Amino acid sequence: MKFRDMSYDDGTHFWGRIWMWGMGIVLLMFPTAICLYFNAWPEASGFLKGLLAIAPMFWAVGTIEVLTYVPMLGAGGSYLGFITGNLTNLKVPCTITALNKVGAKPGTPEGEVVGTIAVAVSSIVTTTIIFIGVLLIVPLTPILDSPALKPAFDQILPALFGGLGVALIGQNLKVSIAPILSMVILFVCVPSLAPSGAIFVPVAAVIAIAAARLMYKKGWLK
Amino acid sequence: MNHEFSVNSPFLFAAAGVILALVIVQSVFFLVRAWRQAKKLGIDAAKLKSVVKSSAIFTIVPAFSILIGVIALSKKLGVPLPWLRLSVIGALTYETAAAEAAAGAVGTSIGDTATLLTASQFSTIAWVMTLGIMAGVILTPLISRRLLSGVDKLEKRDTRWGEILMSALFMGMISAFLGMIFGKVGEGLTGWIPVFVMFSSMVIMLICAVLIKKFKIKWIEDYALPVSMIGAMALAIPITNAVNAAIG
Repeated sequence: MKFRDMSYDDGTHFWGRIWMWGMGIVLLMFPTAICLYFNAWPEASGFLKGLLAIAPMFWAVGTIEVLTYVPMLGAGGSYLGFITGNLTNLKVPCTITALNKVGAKPGTPEGEVVGTIAVAVSSIVTTTIIFIGVLLIVPLTPILDSPALKPAFDQILPALFGGLGVALIGQNLKVSIAPILSMVILFVCVPSLAPSGAIFVPVAAVIAIAAARLMYKKGWLK
Repeated sequence: MNHEFSVNSPFLFAAAGVILALVIVQSVFFLVRAWRQAKKLGIDAAKLKSVVKSSAIFTIVPAFSILIGVIALSKKLGVPLPWLRLSVIGALTYETAAAEAAAGAVGTSIGDTATLLTASQFSTIAWVMTLGIMAGVILTPLISRRLLSGVDKLEKRDTRWGEILMSALFMGMISAFLGMIFGKVGEGLTGWIPVFVMFSSMVIMLICAVLIKKFKIKWIEDYALPVSMIGAMALAIPITNAVNAAIG
């Protein structure tokens, strides 16, 4: 197929794959460069121990993130978002807000472009802020790192999900009851699961979908 | 090559800078394509600008929290590695855990800022952090097309159910994270701090919603979520202090 004949969606997948795998290789070049430039090779036992400690969990969460977030972000948003990262705490809520704002639905052609624009703008702004922050790291450190502000930054996720929760629950009150109740009960009863909470996103999604399906069949959701 | 190692070596800054420049190029590439396509679809430019504005405003507070993550890790790992890891793919929660696990595996810890990392320890940590978060990079190109066309087929078969399904997916994500906030309530009053903060954020959001709907103050829309977030984070300081005082 020639580039010119490609539809927008075909093009997004074509360029998305090139960018994504290309960037994957570029990212691997960073630790490779450390090895070559400093002639510093990783310690085999430390490397294996470290990787074993995090990889199973991170790869499981990564897989779940792909399955859950790709339909929300759309193709373009995903190819970009899974490179620029910070999905849960930034890109996904940002995209949801943008879609809500203009009344676009994920999965529609409009939702696809709005999702891509939201993720792209958010990525550019984040990279820029962190870049400026790194330039000013000496004067900024005592302010951002002060013990007085620590309680505020410790609570960033509750502060984010509280407001976002209200915005989303308001639109889907009936759909939200079953998953919220079951997740609150789960984490109150088994607190040891909370640190790996992201694993439970698909569980909650299945509960939400099952409850929604039941209510839809009964005609409770118009 | 065998250059003198430092966690803040100019070489590392340059390497991280080049990769981040590529990330910006990628973002601009996708932004321009989507923008052109939006015009083809006949979406109003004003609507697109409001997407840009709300996304930019929304991003500011979380971006600062990421910057704090960079500062926290930089004490042990230097600036370039956390800067790169938290700007690309990384997320605050993962990178901190990955760095801690990797540091532990080479016999040190992120908190131990008194001893300097050797080049080999640093190289090990960089490899573990990089490989640990590669799942999304490998999987997204492999399965996103099939996943999206599956969702698409479903939505075409029954449009209303397709919409409900997407809402249910959003609610599933939100529920898991809202549930996690309650994960420490068994530890006593301190465990309730995140819950109090979450409710503060909800109340501020509801006030914004009332202002938007009842009083028709439209411009608040863009700021409702950042305001609830900053407001609740600001309230987290007196809440934490009050809880600590109550416990004594």
